[in-house]
Amino acid sequence: MLVELGHFALVLAFFVACVQTVLPLIGAQMGRRALMDVAAPAALVHMVLITFSFSALMYAFVTSDFSLKLVVENSHTLKPMLYKISGVWGNHEGSMLLWVLILALFGAAAALFGANLPTTLKARVIAVQGSIGVAFLAFILFTSNPFLRLASPPMNGDDLNPLLQDPGLAFHPPFLYLGYVGLSMTFSFAVAALLEGRVDAAWGRWVRPWTLAAWVFLTIGIGLGSWWAYYELGWGGFWFWDPVENASFMPWLFAAALLHSAIVVEKRETLKAWTILLAILAFGFSLIGTFLVRSGVITSVHAFANDPERGIFILMILAVFMGGALVLFSLRAAAMEAKGVFALASRETALIINNILLAVAAFVVFIGTIWPLVAEAFWDRKLSVGAPFFDAAFTPFFTVLAIVLPIGTMLPWKRAKLGVAVRKLIPSMILAVAVLALVYVVQTQKSLLGPIGLGLAVWLISGAVQDIASKLGRKRDLSRLLRLPRADWGRLLAHGGLGITIAGIAGLTAWTVEDIRVVQVGETFEVSGYTLSLDDVQRKQGPNYITTMADITLFKGAQKLTTLHPEKRNYPVAQMPTTEAGIDSGFLRDVYVVIGDVQSNGGWAVRTYIKPLANWIWGGVIIMGLGGFLSLTDRRYRVAAGARKARLVPKGVPAE
Amino acid sequence: MKTVFLALSLLVATPVYAVQPQEVLQDPVMESRARDISKGLRCLVCRNENIDESNAQLATDLRLLVRERLLAGDSDVEVVDYVVDRYGEYVLLKPTLGGANKLLWIAGPVMLLLSLGIGVSFVRRRQKETEIDPLSNDEAARLDALLKE
Repeated sequence: MLVELGHFALVLAFFVACVQTVLPLIGAQMGRRALMDVAAPAALVHMVLITFSFSALMYAFVTSDFSLKLVVENSHTLKPMLYKISGVWGNHEGSMLLWVLILALFGAAAALFGANLPTTLKARVIAVQGSIGVAFLAFILFTSNPFLRLASPPMNGDDLNPLLQDPGLAFHPPFLYLGYVGLSMTFSFAVAALLEGRVDAAWGRWVRPWTLAAWVFLTIGIGLGSWWAYYELGWGGFWFWDPVENASFMPWLFAAALLHSAIVVEKRETLKAWTILLAILAFGFSLIGTFLVRSGVITSVHAFANDPERGIFILMILAVFMGGALVLFSLRAAAMEAKGVFALASRETALIINNILLAVAAFVVFIGTIWPLVAEAFWDRKLSVGAPFFDAAFTPFFTVLAIVLPIGTMLPWKRAKLGVAVRKLIPSMILAVAVLALVYVVQTQKSLLGPIGLGLAVWLISGAVQDIASKLGRKRDLSRLLRLPRADWGRLLAHGGLGITIAGIAGLTAWTVEDIRVVQVGETFEVSGYTLSLDDVQRKQGPNYITTMADITLFKGAQKLTTLHPEKRNYPVAQMPTTEAGIDSGFLRDVYVVIGDVQSNGGWAVRTYIKPLANWIWGGVIIMGLGGFLSLTDRRYRVAAGARKARLVPKGVPAE
Repeated sequence: MKTVFLALSLLVATPVYAVQPQEVLQDPVMESRARDISKGLRCLVCRNENIDESNAQLATDLRLLVRERLLAGDSDVEVVDYVVDRYGEYVLLKPTLGGANKLLWIAGPVMLLLSLGIGVSFVRRRQKETEIDPLSNDEAARLDALLKE
């Protein structure tokens, strides 16, 4: 019954979304206040209906209602509760429902917190947000209905893909979707601004928090996915340039570019047309990501079960929204003349370089991702584009970005002296070069990757610290630190975090030590200074799996560090095995142990990796996210900040 | 229930994970060459995995094939060519520079030059409007005097 109500609520939400789209748009065009006022309540009702629908589906999963096709295919009574809940979005239909839920939440957020927006802009933003809802609700209702019943329900379900039964992956999709869909807000703001024909500093200030939020969520989502791959896939890789990973990485790059260019709009009223275009492209790439994952045109590790009908539907959505927005853009872009003037050496120019590097890097990822399709369609060549291509074609962009970033943050707006900024950074430069040289001399292999990576990391981190220090003024007044805007601290953390992540990637890639061998129970062996002993291997029973678990004691010299328990699990219902690595995490290195099969001589295959700086990758990601969050809480983005000031104005006495 | 599980799990063949101990070559130099080659070859039945990391039987066979060819005295290039001859360029994770693939490789640099060009012309235009005559000596002197006060 509840399931049918959920389905009904979804259909109703579709019609509400239609109202939310059409009436406010007409109202804004004709200047009819009553029609525009429909927007906010419609967005709220839309949100409530979809929340109900989503809860109904979740209820069916939690209570293991096997009359529902989706529950049968993705759940099982023995599964732990966490994975019964995460099973709701561990499949195509349910994850689309989560997609529209988040879309509706953002629409409702604009309705609730958009009190300080001009009436027509607010109506248009909510209407455009509603139109995206219309498209995706139609997609769910016509091609991917999650509420299908079965005529004869089975006794139990087929279980969720065991790889997805993991805390890291339980929260990976919601965060990614918050990011993807968060970019729909910037898209709505961009289209609304084009309809208005006006982009000003205020627009820049309204759109930036949404972009920041989307970027923070994407950062966390991508970080979670990469962390999961690291400990779950059994050999400690953290990024594979898989098409689906690229699908999330492209919007991340565009969002990063957008949140920087929105600063220029806000502070200097220039780069307006470009910022609008970026906002359109960022969401466009979110849609392209959705298309790549769900259409089946590109096979990948984690594409959902695919269906060409769905692919065509998403392609149509993509064509309508991107085509429509880009046509609108070409008609209106000329009206958005830049106001602020600036010199060649200025922060404006630095941010343009940032935007060029990020956007072209995203373009490289895009062309590499779709190239197999293009080559097959036009030249009938079946080929692959994998990690070696992306490593070679993408890395240079981020290297250059990391080199220019600290200099850019030191430049003042409008007009700068490049020499002054560079001279200020001399300490950071010396430090970075010293670290580079030291690491090169100390390391055993003579590769350049490690030293350059660490040198860049030091340059970024120390540059970010110098940036903050330069705000103290000549007297080194430390009390000023407390009064700095939070956005400054956000910048320190985001840029420093990027440095830490780069250090981690360089360390892990350059200096991983690997050891593969057959070990008898009771035997000890050595891997680059560590001694490991295989004490025992046992079979154990988990809630819905059987595991082969080893006890491996890790020693450094004579000192016992810890006991690791690498596992090999088998999920009988889904008939799939997974590995659970035993990891001793440390500040400077991870010891990563995987247990393999039993060998003919009774020994076990054991793989051991020493992974230097592994945790820095995710540590840096967390710090980057934190930086974004701190920026988001900056005073000037607080919703009522403008309103409060407006109220204060009449009290003032004009100074004569 | 437990026995049912045990029986079921025994029925399911346990998979092999990536490079197995018995596959590793005695000669460490040869082995590291084999690993490097494997990292550039795609496992054909998997989704975007190289044969070095893949658990599929085919990947195991290909890893052994690579090692056989190396032991037979082939150079790295010859080994890759040998595999490509049999499985097509689909196995190459790093696309060749041949034919239309040139487009793929130059797309990034061309795009960069193009956007730098647009960027430079935009900044130039913005800059022209900022250009103001520098202070005359007289003005500079007055400014100095004002600042000293």
